[in-house]
Amino acid sequence: MKYLCLIYSDETHWANIPQTEYDSVLGEFFAFTKQIRDQGKYIAGENLQPTRTATTVRVRNGRISATDGPFAETKEQLGGFYLIDTPDLGDAIQVASRIPSARYGCIEVRPVVDFS
Amino acid sequence: MTLDPVEHTFRAESRRVLATLIRLLGDFDLAEEALQEAFAAAVERWPSEGLPANPRAWLVSTGRFKAIDSLRRRARFDASLGRVAEQLGEAVTPAPEVEDDDVEDDRLRLIFTCCHPALTPDAQIALTLREVCGLTTEEIARAFLSPTPTLAQRIVRAKAKIKAARIPYQVPARPDLPERLASVLHVVYLVFNEGYSASSGSSLTRHDLSSEAIRLGRLLVELLPEPEAMGLLALMLLHESRREARTAVDGELVLLDEQDRSTWNREQIAEGVGLVDRAMRSRQFGPYTIQAAIAALHAQAPTAADTDWSEIVGLYDVLLRADPTPVVELNRAAAIAMRDGPEVGLRLIDELLARGELEEYQLAHSARAELCRRVGQTGEAIKSYRRALMLTRQEPQKRFIERRLKELSGGLTPA
Repeated sequence: MKYLCLIYSDETHWANIPQTEYDSVLGEFFAFTKQIRDQGKYIAGENLQPTRTATTVRVRNGRISATDGPFAETKEQLGGFYLIDTPDLGDAIQVASRIPSARYGCIEVRPVVDFS
Repeated sequence: MTLDPVEHTFRAESRRVLATLIRLLGDFDLAEEALQEAFAAAVERWPSEGLPANPRAWLVSTGRFKAIDSLRRRARFDASLGRVAEQLGEAVTPAPEVEDDDVEDDRLRLIFTCCHPALTPDAQIALTLREVCGLTTEEIARAFLSPTPTLAQRIVRAKAKIKAARIPYQVPARPDLPERLASVLHVVYLVFNEGYSASSGSSLTRHDLSSEAIRLGRLLVELLPEPEAMGLLALMLLHESRREARTAVDGELVLLDEQDRSTWNREQIAEGVGLVDRAMRSRQFGPYTIQAAIAALHAQAPTAADTDWSEIVGLYDVLLRADPTPVVELNRAAAIAMRDGPEVGLRLIDELLARGELEEYQLAHSARAELCRRVGQTGEAIKSYRRALMLTRQEPQKRFIERRLKELSGGLTPA
């Protein structure tokens, strides 16, 4: 079963921490990614640029509108994701809990629709 | 009077059979349908063929067979169901042996799944009462004073989430057990409180919730004898033992120190005290056990004045370390007031209220009012009772505070 783990945290936190701390968290992310890859649970994962780089696109009456910023202004922003493959939600929660930034922000775990 | 054997078996076994069918079929709705079909077959066949040697195993395998059969029939319209039916048929052919251990594990799996933290607390409660206790949706709705469609939708959504997110049908592994058990115990205690705090008009149906919670507590202690499960069962029994005494004939609330202790249920007290002892001896107890130990001291005191307040304050100190919340601090302050006098307690409660967290908590203002009354600060007592009255929604509580207010302002009026 595939689950998308959406990683939310306060992006100003990352902008304001010292470089050494940032590097150490990044190292934790690399180690985590390697671990779930080795366990065969990793499908994909990316780190996103901050929300100030986001553009929201809509089509209304056939016309495209593109506006600056994320779809929703929230205290914690979507900063990255992992797409994982685990037997059930119990296991998915275990994996999500090991994502390093779960300690600061939160991880939304969403089952993926299976069309097969 | 003898109960019809099918009905007798249904009462005794339906929840067990359901729990096992959910595991075998991997689907709540399919399992419920299968359960109904299995009992329908029993009604038809047992009277003529006689009771099977193992009715439980008979019901499980009949239910499983009926479910696969029904999926195959429906597969004519929906090919994907055919695949499911084949998988189920293959995975468990020949019919699985139904061992008693498996069945007990299935009951625990069902409880832990219904109380999974990925479901909202409301959904956990509704699903547990429906699936584990076997209450009908109408019964649950009546007990929670909610419209039946709301409750029905809550249950449907919870089951849909279990399926869509694939919440595992498992007893959690040891490292996760304390936290997951805490979530189960919380659900049981919410059900109990819903029944216990109820009064007046609907008290009959809501009383059933307390009995249902105690039944669930017993089941948990039987299946998983963890100290906190015992502690919770003890706490519920000790509260329940005072049910009669806490309501006067006219439906009014009677406080602990004014209750007629001869009406307390001695059997429940004895059972509760025994469970507290067992849980305490494990040295791995938590907040429920400590609260039960406090309730046990109250239950064993021959009169309110004979209560061992020093011991109770000591237990509140322990509880405060395990569960550091302002509500526990408030209860501790009330116990200190009993041990060291109302002035001391009042000072603590004033400090607590000054911190603001309990500003909206009715019992904090009632407790302050009561202590002010005892030290003769009538004006302050009236002020606090009025604040408490604004915050309370339960009718008997309201009437109690109104009665106190009348007594106090009566004292102020010149004769």
